Amino acid sequence: MAKFDLHVNGQAHSVDVAPETPLLWVLRDTLGMVGTKFGCGIGQCGACTVHLDGQPGRACITPIAAAAGMKVATIEGLSPDGSHPLQRAWCELDVAQCGYCQSGQIMSAAALLAHSPNPKDSEIDDAMAGNLCRCATYYRIRKGIHRAAELAAGKESAT
Amino acid sequence: MKTLLNQAIDRRSFIRSSALAGGGLVLGFYLRSAGEASAEVVKASESSTAGEFAPNAFVRIAPDGTVTVFSARPEIGQGIKTSLPMIVAEELGVDWKKVKVVSAPFSPKDYGNQSAGGSMSTPNSYLPLRRAGAVARQMLIAAAAATWGTSVEGLVAENGMVRESPSGRSLSYGDLVAKAATMPVPDPKAVVLKDPADFKLLGSRVGGVDNPSIVTGRPLFGIDTRVQGMLYAVYEKCPVWGGRVVSANIDHVKALPGVRDAFILNEAKKGLTGLVPGVAIVADSTWSAFAARTELKVEWDEGPHAQDSWAGFTAEAHKLANASAEVRPARRDGDPDAALAGAAKVVEAEYFYPFLSHTNLEPQNCTAHVQGDKVEIWAPTQNPGSAMAAAVDTLGVPEDNVLLHVTRIGGGFGRRLNADFVYEAVAISKHIQAPVKLTWNRTDDLQHDHYRPGGFHFMKGAVDEKGRLSAWKSHHVGFGSQLGTDDFPARFVANFELRTSKIDNGVPQGPWRAPGDCTYAFASVSFVDELAHAANRDPLEFAMELFAGKGVLPGSGPRGRPYDANRMHGVLQLAGEKSGWGKPLPPGSGRGVGYYFSHLGYVAHVAEVTVSKSGELRVDRVVAAVDVGSQIINLSGAENQVQGSIIDGLNAAWRQELDIQKGRVVATNFHEYTMLRIPDAPKSIEIHFKKTDNPVTGLGEPAFPALAPAVCNAVFAATGKRIRQLPWSKTDLSWT
Repeated sequence: MAKFDLHVNGQAHSVDVAPETPLLWVLRDTLGMVGTKFGCGIGQCGACTVHLDGQPGRACITPIAAAAGMKVATIEGLSPDGSHPLQRAWCELDVAQCGYCQSGQIMSAAALLAHSPNPKDSEIDDAMAGNLCRCATYYRIRKGIHRAAELAAGKESAT
Repeated sequence: MKTLLNQAIDRRSFIRSSALAGGGLVLGFYLRSAGEASAEVVKASESSTAGEFAPNAFVRIAPDGTVTVFSARPEIGQGIKTSLPMIVAEELGVDWKKVKVVSAPFSPKDYGNQSAGGSMSTPNSYLPLRRAGAVARQMLIAAAAATWGTSVEGLVAENGMVRESPSGRSLSYGDLVAKAATMPVPDPKAVVLKDPADFKLLGSRVGGVDNPSIVTGRPLFGIDTRVQGMLYAVYEKCPVWGGRVVSANIDHVKALPGVRDAFILNEAKKGLTGLVPGVAIVADSTWSAFAARTELKVEWDEGPHAQDSWAGFTAEAHKLANASAEVRPARRDGDPDAALAGAAKVVEAEYFYPFLSHTNLEPQNCTAHVQGDKVEIWAPTQNPGSAMAAAVDTLGVPEDNVLLHVTRIGGGFGRRLNADFVYEAVAISKHIQAPVKLTWNRTDDLQHDHYRPGGFHFMKGAVDEKGRLSAWKSHHVGFGSQLGTDDFPARFVANFELRTSKIDNGVPQGPWRAPGDCTYAFASVSFVDELAHAANRDPLEFAMELFAGKGVLPGSGPRGRPYDANRMHGVLQLAGEKSGWGKPLPPGSGRGVGYYFSHLGYVAHVAEVTVSKSGELRVDRVVAAVDVGSQIINLSGAENQVQGSIIDGLNAAWRQELDIQKGRVVATNFHEYTMLRIPDAPKSIEIHFKKTDNPVTGLGEPAFPALAPAVCNAVFAATGKRIRQLPWSKTDLSWT
C-alpha cells in the first residue's frame, strides 16, 4: 500500500492503495465514481476511457502510480450539469441502447472534438475504433458526434 | 478485520401487496430507486394515505399532479423501461414530460411475468398496459363527474386534465386524486380504450428515460452497486465445463494483501445454469481480488468432456451427415426424391457456423447480502424469476425472505436469463455472511457463457424446368437445439424433407438473440439465393414467389408459429422498392436480399456491399422493411433496435468465432474474440415500418436474422463468391 495524490475532475484526492492498482478500480471502488466502466481489463474495449492530461486513456491499464500527478477527467466531470454538447446530442438522438459503453464512447468523442471540432466520418471512425459497443449503436454514435459538433458551434436546431 | 453490515433487513421493507378499499391493488412497498447505489425503501401505503391515487400496480398520481408509472420488466438495452410506460401514459392521457418512470420491484403477483426475452415484453404487455392506463383515466373522469354532479358523458381526459364540453370547465388530475381513489375500480377488460388514430405519444420519438444518467455516469448498472460494508469477490471455475475442484492453494491466497477469505465451493446446483464448483476469493476491493486470483492455483477434475473440440465436432458432424439415410425424417412433405430426380437443376451445399458468446459488455456480476435466513440481492438479470429461484434454492428459504433489486443491465442478448452469477454471489455471501459484490472478468465471461450453438446444415435443393423451387432436403447437425419442423423453408416447398442429428457434447448453450433463427436464416435464405441463381432468376422475385398468395400457414411442432406469407411478401416488396432493387451497381458492388420471420416480426433487408479485388468487404447500405404489426410504440427506440440488429448482425457474422479445444473455449479476451468496431458499421441504414392490421410485437430480435443472408447474397452478386460458413472472414472473397 502507498499514498497517492490524485486530481480527478478538478478535485484533489488522497488514496492509499497498492501502486499497481489500475486507476479504474481506484475511481470505482475507492472514490465511488462508477461512471467509468469495466469491460475487459486489457485496454481493448474502451469502456473505461478517461482523459489523462487531456488525452484519452484506458483507466483499466493505467496504474495509479502513473495516474498520480496527471489531471484525470471522467464522465462525471465532463460538465457540471450534463450540458456538454456530446451529452446533449446523446440525449437528443437517443444514442444509447443498454448504455454501458456510452460513458467511454463520450469520453473518446470529447477528446476527438477537442482537437477536431467538425470531424469527418473517417476521423470519427479512426478516433472511436477503440470503443466497443455490444449493442452496436455505432450508427447513432457517428450521428451523435456530428450533432454535438453542431451544438458546440451554436447550431441549436437539428439539421 | 471484517466489516459486517449488522443491521437486520427490515421485514417491513419486503414487498407486499394489499387490497385498497376501492378494490384496486396497490403495492404496499416499493423501491424508489431500484438499482441505484443505495436503494431507498419506501412504504407506498403511507404515501397513499397522504392522498395518492393508486388504481393499480402501474400508476400512481400525487395530489401535485405528479404521475409515476412503474416499469415492470428488466431494461437490457431494448428500450422497454421507456416504451412500456409510454403505453400506460398514452391511455392515461398525461404529458410524457411530467411522467416519472420507476422500475417496479419483483412482484409477479402484481405484474405477471417480469422477464425480458424472446421479444415478448411488448406483445404480452401492450393490452394489459393500455387497460391499466385506461382504468385510471376512467376513474379520474368518474371523479370529475362526481365532483361536478354531472354524468361522465362529454367529459374528456387528456394532458393531465378532465375537461367538460361545452362548458369548458376542467379539473387537473392532481385535483382529482382524492375523489378518484374512492371511485369503484372498473373491470380492466371492460374499459374503453383510445382509438389508435387519436394516439399522441405512441409512435412518436421519445428518448430513453435513463439517458441523462447514462451520459453523466450516474450509477445504474448491477456492477455499479455499492452497499455499506460491501466486500468484493471473484470466483474461479474449471475452464472445462462440468469440472470440479480437487485442491487449491487456499492458505497462500488467504495471506495475500487485501484478501478477507478464500474457499472452495464444490456443491453443484442446477447443472451449468446454477452453482458450478469453483474457488471464491473475497477481498476488500475488486482489484485486490483480481490480483490475488493471479496467484491462485487449482487442481481440477476436468470431467468427461475434457477432450471436446470444435475440430472433433466438425468431424463428427460429417460422420452423422454421411449416415443421413439412417436418420428418420422429422418432416417429410410430397416426394422430395422424385422431385430431385426430375429437376432441371440440383444444388448441394454445406453451411456451418461456430459457437458464439454473448459478450455482454457489462461482465456478469451480482451483489448479495445474506444474513441468517434472509438475503438482499442486486442483480442485472433479464429474468428476475430465475434470480429469485437461485436465492431460494441456495438458501432453502421462502421467497418472502428474498429482497431482489433488478438493476439496469449492460446488455442482455439472452445471456442473463440464466442466473448462474446470482447462485454464485448468494453462495459466497452465505459462506462469509457479509454483503459481497461478485464480479466476473472477461475471461470468465467468455469461458462460462451459455453459448449460441454452432451448427452444420447439409442441404440439397432443386428447381424445376420453369425455374421454381421444387425440392428441398436438409440434414441439420446441431448440439442440442435443432432446426424445427416448421423452420423456413418448411411449408413453402411442396417436396420437403428435414432430418436432424445431435452431436454429443458438454458445451453449455442458451438463448442468444433470436435463438435458432439467428443462424438458420443464414443457411436457408442463402441457399434459396443459390437456387435462384441456379434457375437464372432474379433472387428477390424468386423469394417473393415462395410467399405470393399463400395467406396464413398454420404452425406445428415446438418451434412452430402460424406464418403469414402475405406479410413476408409485403416486406420483401417494400424493401425491393425502397432499395432501388435492380438498378445497376459498379463492378465489385452488389445487392442482396435477406428475409426472415422471427419472434412474431416479418423483416426483409436489402444489403449493398462493395468487395475489393483483394477481397476486403465493406457494407455500404442496408434498407430494412419491417412489419411488427399495427403500432410502433416508440419510433426512436424501434429504429434503434433495427439499426442495432443490423450492425449486430454484421458483428456476429463477420469475424466472431469461438474455437473450442480440450473441452474449453480458447479465447480469453477481446484480443482473441474479434468484435465489430465503428469503421465497419454501414454509413447508410434506412428503415421502413410497414404497418399492418396485426397485433403489436417486439423488436429486440426480429430484425437480426435476415441480415447475414442479405450480406452473403450481396457478396455473391458482387463477386460470384458464395459464403457458406461463418464467420465471413474465413472465406476468401478476392475476385478478378
